Amino acid sequence: MKTSLRRVVCAVLAVWIVGVASVPAAFAIDPVEMSDPVLQERYRALTHELRCMQCQNQSIADSPVGLAGDLRREVRELLSAGKTDDEVREYMRARYGDFILFRPRMVAQTLWLWLAPVLLMLLGLFAAWRVVQRRRALVTDDGFDDEGGDR
Amino acid sequence: MKYLIPAGVFALLVVVLAIGIQRAPSKNVIPSALIGKPAPTWSLPVIASNQSPTPASFDSERLRGRWFVFNVWGTWCPECKVEHPMLLEMARQKKLPLIGLDWKDDDAAARRWLESLGDPYDVVVADRDGRTAIDFGVYGAPETFLIDDRGVVVYKHVGAMNPDVWQREFLARLPTAAPSDGTQGQP
Amino acid sequence: MIPELGHFALILAMLVAIVQSAFGLAGPALQRERWIAAVRPAVTMQFLLQSAALLALMFAFVSNDFSVQYVAQNSNSALPVVYRVAAVWGAHEGSLLLWGWILAAWTLAVALFSRGLPAGFAARTQGVLGLVSVGFVSFTLATSNPFERLLPAAPDGRDLNPLLQDPALASHPPMLYAGYVGFAVAFAFACAAMIEGRLDQTWARWTRPWTTVAWAFLSVGIALGSWWAYYELGWGGYWFWDPVENASFMPWLVGTALIHSLAVTEKRGLFKSWTLLLAILAFSLSLLGTFLVRSGVLVSVHSFAADPTRGIFILVFLVLVIGGALALYAWRAPLLRSTAGFEFSARESFLLFNNILLVVAAAAVFAGTMAPLISDALGLGTLSVGKQYFDPVFLLPTLPLIALASVGIFSRWKRGQLAPHRGAILFTLALAAAITAALMLGVWGGAKFLTPVGFALGFWLIAASFVDPVDRLRRGLRLTPAIVGMTIAHIGLGVFVVSVTAVESYTRERDLALAIGESGRVGDFDYRLDGLRSAEGPNYDALRGTVTVLQAGKPVVTLHPEKRNYWVQGSVMTEADIHMQPARDVFVALGEDLGGGRWSVRAQIRPLINYVWLAAFLMAIGGIVAASDRRYRRSGESV
Repeated sequence: MKTSLRRVVCAVLAVWIVGVASVPAAFAIDPVEMSDPVLQERYRALTHELRCMQCQNQSIADSPVGLAGDLRREVRELLSAGKTDDEVREYMRARYGDFILFRPRMVAQTLWLWLAPVLLMLLGLFAAWRVVQRRRALVTDDGFDDEGGDR
Repeated sequence: MKYLIPAGVFALLVVVLAIGIQRAPSKNVIPSALIGKPAPTWSLPVIASNQSPTPASFDSERLRGRWFVFNVWGTWCPECKVEHPMLLEMARQKKLPLIGLDWKDDDAAARRWLESLGDPYDVVVADRDGRTAIDFGVYGAPETFLIDDRGVVVYKHVGAMNPDVWQREFLARLPTAAPSDGTQGQP
Repeated sequence: MIPELGHFALILAMLVAIVQSAFGLAGPALQRERWIAAVRPAVTMQFLLQSAALLALMFAFVSNDFSVQYVAQNSNSALPVVYRVAAVWGAHEGSLLLWGWILAAWTLAVALFSRGLPAGFAARTQGVLGLVSVGFVSFTLATSNPFERLLPAAPDGRDLNPLLQDPALASHPPMLYAGYVGFAVAFAFACAAMIEGRLDQTWARWTRPWTTVAWAFLSVGIALGSWWAYYELGWGGYWFWDPVENASFMPWLVGTALIHSLAVTEKRGLFKSWTLLLAILAFSLSLLGTFLVRSGVLVSVHSFAADPTRGIFILVFLVLVIGGALALYAWRAPLLRSTAGFEFSARESFLLFNNILLVVAAAAVFAGTMAPLISDALGLGTLSVGKQYFDPVFLLPTLPLIALASVGIFSRWKRGQLAPHRGAILFTLALAAAITAALMLGVWGGAKFLTPVGFALGFWLIAASFVDPVDRLRRGLRLTPAIVGMTIAHIGLGVFVVSVTAVESYTRERDLALAIGESGRVGDFDYRLDGLRSAEGPNYDALRGTVTVLQAGKPVVTLHPEKRNYWVQGSVMTEADIHMQPARDVFVALGEDLGGGRWSVRAQIRPLINYVWLAAFLMAIGGIVAASDRRYRRSGESV
């Protein structure tokens, strides 16, 4: 929004080859709480998984940008109106696109992302198991024996 | 054969990275989720209009059946000041009605701005709590939308308008038979 | 004059690097003794020239030479001298210079400590390192010259980013680079072995200490960055799964896998091609991290530093270095054979699964980091990937990994022989479960579903790590540095798991709106805002709060969080104040004026958080101790 503010907020910190997080210097302190503790917890969780659109890598919960404050208010009102978490996410996605969701949806375009680690792990475990099977057959008394020496 | 797999995976990665570099310059803009979808409807208090007397409020329904430009701005936004002469030029061409959304601003400040810099808008409405901007998926002013006669969002430009974008992304998208006459003034 | 000398030294350094790589690679191939003999002087020369270049830039910073553009952009005459020195690596150009210098330093170390290695092999290693150096220095010279003049000179500089004016952050890049670049040594050893077509257990023994030391540096570097983020960014987080963080974490994960697979290759002559691949991968990921951050392809919105030219340069460099190494791998790896066998419960087997899980974890981080780029390149739209993705996909392979480690440390090479240890395994597990139950029922109370899992796994690993060394001491056996180091590192990992579990499960945080004299409750603490006054530092003014934290009505500590306004850049920084204690941190940060005399205050109670970094340091110390084992410095072929 206000450019001066944005410059502070979105100060890029990726200043060396691979240094620290490119995270902004200021953050939001938002003392607004919802009266119902259950709603408050859902509010806290939801605002942490919605991205501040103008920031490097910050949720609307942590961003001091005006728009993030408006979006937090929007989340509070939707929750008060009895919307489910998914409905709130969908509300935001309809306006800002998938970019606003830190938790990629499990739909056709993004499913590969969720499946990749699982499939890779299964594949890796299977491959390792096959290696072990092969090596078991090769165990002979070849003179090497571990009596618990160096590692 | 299996020893070639790492090289193969790396080759794929290089392709992705190369495409990434190619696209890097255009990545400052997040594409709008609203393209091809009906524009949000709104009914908001009017700050200024070229009708007299100035109506108290204006409803987006009244724009149905007509292509128009929807510009989100605010007096707190330095880039909007940079953009302003271009908006005046667009208004001078009278090719499309120009509707302004004064985003989270002070009405009086907005009127002073329009008085001193000139008023390119057919209507300027006030989005005092920022809700309409959220409905439009606005994340930084200025943003400018092109909306067609069925009320569908055709294009969105993020950042100051310029003659190139105006010609290439807005005017070029109009149907050839689009009204380019004086619908100005009678939105 | 001095900056020109620095620039000139850098150009000479590149020429010397060319000589170094040409002689280092061609000498052994053509069997020219004198060429081989020229490599070591070239390495020394390169180190001296790179040092001269680095010192020249440092001099420009310390002497406030604002006719140098890089100095004008990243320093200021009001900046304390320490930070003027650290400002050398405070931005892109200087950090590349530091990268190059650290590479030269590692190469020199290889030259000095390689006297026990066959001359041809040592020359090839230094030749490969020379090639990497040529690439990096030419990148610096062509796209990112830190000695560029600014005419006319600026009257004063634009100052170092205030976020970087901090001791932990001043030392963070050198540590991190020492780790990254250190993996270049393992990479060079791998390439030299592939060129020679010879990879035996001796090779693994040479490579192990280098890899372990680089890994230790990287651990410290990452921990410093995380610690800095915690106390300096002002919002109390310590890990954000940011692309930049991930870029340093992926080489760490693969480096950890490499350390373990090298152990198998050294002991048993197994997994040779896999070890080679990991050595290539660890360094490739370091380079890729450089690419991702420097080219601006990943940081999509408002990336001020993005520069496609630099991106293309690095991409070409990546293709040459990584592509070359992988081609070499495809050619040579099929020749490597081994006939050793092992049982399912053998140490080889545990380390194999360890490697698979670590690589899967690295791949998951990679997938999440690259997903926005891949999705965009494939035309599937823009998307964001955050903690909500990384947490679960990272835990998927790493939770079993911790359990595997607790059992695996009991197993022996080849036959496993786990049966005699069944009692110890079950005892340590029961002990861990008991501690977990005591903590959760007695001290902290119930929490999330993963809380008991995390505690039990962490305590199990700690307990299990002690068994073998204690047993050795009882039997009157010598504890070698290798065993002590391994034990310390594993205890460090256990401490890490426990502390992260505690922080993630029991952190209490609240944002309060307080007027002077008012207090708000967080967990069982009360935060009372006692006053606000202005304060001034060397290059900033600040609003300083006085917050008294009370527990059960008794004051625990008085904290002074600040909101600082740095004059030169006009930026506002939140300086949190933290009461660090063994059991918990009491954290407070000052927010905005809410009007009506009320201020927003972020209050957090974070149990055990300091052990997260302590754990990283333990792991690093373990690495250094293990690498110091004299076994690695024995020359000759005996294992």
